[in-house]
Amino acid sequence: MSTLLEVSGVSVSFDGFKAINNLSFQIAERELRAVIGPNGAGKTTFMDIITGKTKPDEGRVNYGDKGVSLLSMSESRIAQAGVGRKFQRPTVFEDQSVADNLMMALKKARGPFSVLTFRPDEDDHAKIVELAEEIGLSGALHRKSGELSHGQKQWLEIGMLLAQEPRLLLVDEPAAGMTPTEREHTTDILREAARTRAVVVVEHDMEFVRRLDCKVTVLHEGSVLAEGSIDHVTQNEKVIDVYLGR
Amino acid sequence: MSESTLSAGHVRTPLALRFPSVLVFLAVLGLFTLGVTILSEGFGIGAISTSFVKTLGKTLCLCLVALAMDLVWGYCGILSLGHMAFFGLGGYAIGMWLMYERTRLIVVDSLAASELPPTAQEISDGIATQIFGVVGASEFPPVWAFAHSLPIQLAFVVLVPGLLALVFGWLAFRSRVTGVYLSILTQAMTLALSLYLFQNDSGLRGNNGLSGLQNLPGLDAVPQATVSVWFFWGSAFALGAGYVLCAWIVSGKFGSVIRAIRDDEARVRFLGYPVEAFKLFVFTLTAIIAGIAGALYYPQAGIINPTEIAPIASIYLAVWVAIGGRGRLYGAVIGAAFVSLLSTWFTGGQAPDINLGFYRIQWVDWWTVLLGLSFVLVTLFAPKGIGGLVDIIIDRTTPNRHGADLGPDQGALREREADK
Repeated sequence: MSTLLEVSGVSVSFDGFKAINNLSFQIAERELRAVIGPNGAGKTTFMDIITGKTKPDEGRVNYGDKGVSLLSMSESRIAQAGVGRKFQRPTVFEDQSVADNLMMALKKARGPFSVLTFRPDEDDHAKIVELAEEIGLSGALHRKSGELSHGQKQWLEIGMLLAQEPRLLLVDEPAAGMTPTEREHTTDILREAARTRAVVVVEHDMEFVRRLDCKVTVLHEGSVLAEGSIDHVTQNEKVIDVYLGR
Repeated sequence: MSESTLSAGHVRTPLALRFPSVLVFLAVLGLFTLGVTILSEGFGIGAISTSFVKTLGKTLCLCLVALAMDLVWGYCGILSLGHMAFFGLGGYAIGMWLMYERTRLIVVDSLAASELPPTAQEISDGIATQIFGVVGASEFPPVWAFAHSLPIQLAFVVLVPGLLALVFGWLAFRSRVTGVYLSILTQAMTLALSLYLFQNDSGLRGNNGLSGLQNLPGLDAVPQATVSVWFFWGSAFALGAGYVLCAWIVSGKFGSVIRAIRDDEARVRFLGYPVEAFKLFVFTLTAIIAGIAGALYYPQAGIINPTEIAPIASIYLAVWVAIGGRGRLYGAVIGAAFVSLLSTWFTGGQAPDINLGFYRIQWVDWWTVLLGLSFVLVTLFAPKGIGGLVDIIIDRTTPNRHGADLGPDQGALREREADK
């Protein structure tokens, strides 16, 4: 499998605090990867760097077949290039209906003029109905998304990400605030999504990660501590130290 | 009022149905225009004075600029305190031609009596002395280079506010200035512009401004009673067209995206939308609408001076939209019409003073206090403004089931009720 994203030697510090320290990371096309680590390990900063929100002090981030650098691109350009991101707290547009939210996320031209003249056709509507079914919100298409429950908002956001059809999906704590059944469904969706694209899941919950059944990267103090299967990393002495206190 | 992109049966619904307020609005505007025409002195029975027709026409222009303000602030979340500056620039652009052309006709008339036919230079000097004598100049400043041409000045009505908004917006949005900082920046621009225009050597007659704009060149024979109705019609048409345009813009995906930008700008970026380009588009478009509104307003007002561009005017504009209800187009129109007409009534000395015995409340002075107070009250207790009343009525007549299921008996009638 060819490499989709290559992060090498990336460092970033905020007011002298090194949030990311010489981090290197690779992910292949159609790979599912879990990133774990204690609080302050730099998981969210890592995502910020890939999606263009934070510019690193040094290092390279290359993406795609031609290995273009993401560092000089704006957030919206990176998103258009196929990097989708789900935030920790569900961020959907609460003032608008579920259908409007999904329609906005649907992969289409993003410039103001094409958006102005855009009118959805049959296929677009069908796609939205299909997506709503997948995330269990078929009955709520016309409801304002602000009325949804926390779990449903998480779903809607996952649905919006799928609508974007990204090549690389970054998911920050998808299972937070979900019931066990909802978690199971989330695992299924993520594994299903990873059949057609690369998925990086940042998660605290070891049980959830175990169910994902994929390669795990452990972050600590801004760099990679260990990498491998879940059983491999949980037996790693250093990982045990970091997780169980030193 | 569903602005949903997904309609039952997936058939494209026409704009009027997706946005039912458009038809209602156009009908009300049409009836109003007809009514005023019938009651006017110029075309009807003369029940209302020409000056009141002008006031109503000016109010329609203010409604149009309020519409622009609602689009940029209520929908896109940019609290611009510069839109009355764009409004004023539109007024200046048309005012320059009106003043130039009318003065030219007068100068040509007065020189016609002389024995030798006047040269072009003599005419030009005559006009310049007439216009700029008041600021101690007798030559045309460069900004008047095209004042002789109506088409070019009409183009300036659109181009000058548009280009200023484009350049200013590009600089501001590109550096990601948002929220209150952006408001301050727009206010600074407005203040700088008005201070510049106050100077005598700005080329626009300093604090005298441009005057006599109510007289259309070459139409001296037409009474103001008629001209006022013409402008009233023009303003009504512009407001109607502006309403349809704004409704079209906010009804589709574009409306979705700008409301999303208002609510969570960063998230929209991660969806792949170039947020800055959208803001710039809305900012520039609304500046153009404001310019057109100004170009229709000032010939009815008769005079424009830099005071009209001062920041306070733009703050009033924001207050109208807030009181009317932002984030809904008819709210902006209601707010602008209601507050500006009320303001005319209070400040025109028509409101009876209240004698408290120890103190006499004179509305000319106290109106601003009343306005400020109602702004505070609306912000605190009725954030949806006057337009929020419509929601209360709709809520009374149609149930909101919040997606709850219809119960065991899913009758056809109840189904339709719940769809609302």
